[in-house]
Amino acid sequence: MSTGFQRTRTGRTVLRVDAMEKTVLVSLAEQMIAFVAPTQAAASSDPLAAIVGIDEVAETPSDPALARMFPAAYRDDEEAAGDFRRFTERDLRALKVANATKVAGCLERSGEKLVLTGDEALCWLGFLNDTRIAIGTRLEITEENHDELAELPAEDPRAGLFDVYDWLTFLQDSLVQLELDAD
Amino acid sequence: MSVAPVEVQRPLLEEDLDRPWITIVWNDPINLMSYVTYVFMTYFKYDRAKAELLMMDVHERGKAVVSNGTREEMERDVTALHSYGLWATLQKDD
Repeated sequence: MSTGFQRTRTGRTVLRVDAMEKTVLVSLAEQMIAFVAPTQAAASSDPLAAIVGIDEVAETPSDPALARMFPAAYRDDEEAAGDFRRFTERDLRALKVANATKVAGCLERSGEKLVLTGDEALCWLGFLNDTRIAIGTRLEITEENHDELAELPAEDPRAGLFDVYDWLTFLQDSLVQLELDAD
Repeated sequence: MSVAPVEVQRPLLEEDLDRPWITIVWNDPINLMSYVTYVFMTYFKYDRAKAELLMMDVHERGKAVVSNGTREEMERDVTALHSYGLWATLQKDD
């Protein structure tokens, strides 16, 4: 396992990964882009609305991971929640795609030592949070079943996914600690 | 473990009548406690002590009111919190 994110004296953020970890991160970035990219179906048929990013479809996504990433802003007011979604979800999806794209770019230009600018580190922070939400939702993680999932037998299809989730948690926390210490 | 509420009770002031909307952050099993603290410090500019208290309120009580203001202001806060991946909603403060 890698050492997590570290900060140099000049303020750069460094992550060392081995070849396999890098392959996993590249794959996660590609999957995230495909997963959250704004859908054509949601786009408005009104050209002006489409240009400013107002969607016609205003329902909470049926996929649980997407529903968690794009939650309803109003709990008891479906109409207001729908309006809010039509005005915000497309931008939010674009932001997540941009973060994952930046992560993929950093991985592509680097070997096993990634050196990130401050802005790139924040893209990584968002990306790591998004991937953990996507995987954690798939694993149906609760605050109680973490240990149970950690002890799954290797032949359980969830075991590998949980290992990735745990590693991403470690990575994200190491990056958060750097950002907290910087304040 | 119990944590004192961050919002202190005080008499209703006239300015409160213009700030009848609240933003709530809900607990979820995935977001890291450290990350939630970081978001409260970064977005709301709360100091670390207040951010950690609010985070613990979310964690222990299942939710916490993190800001109040006009409906437009709260929609802005919820949009920002969603962009950080937090589960946030807004509602009228009854």
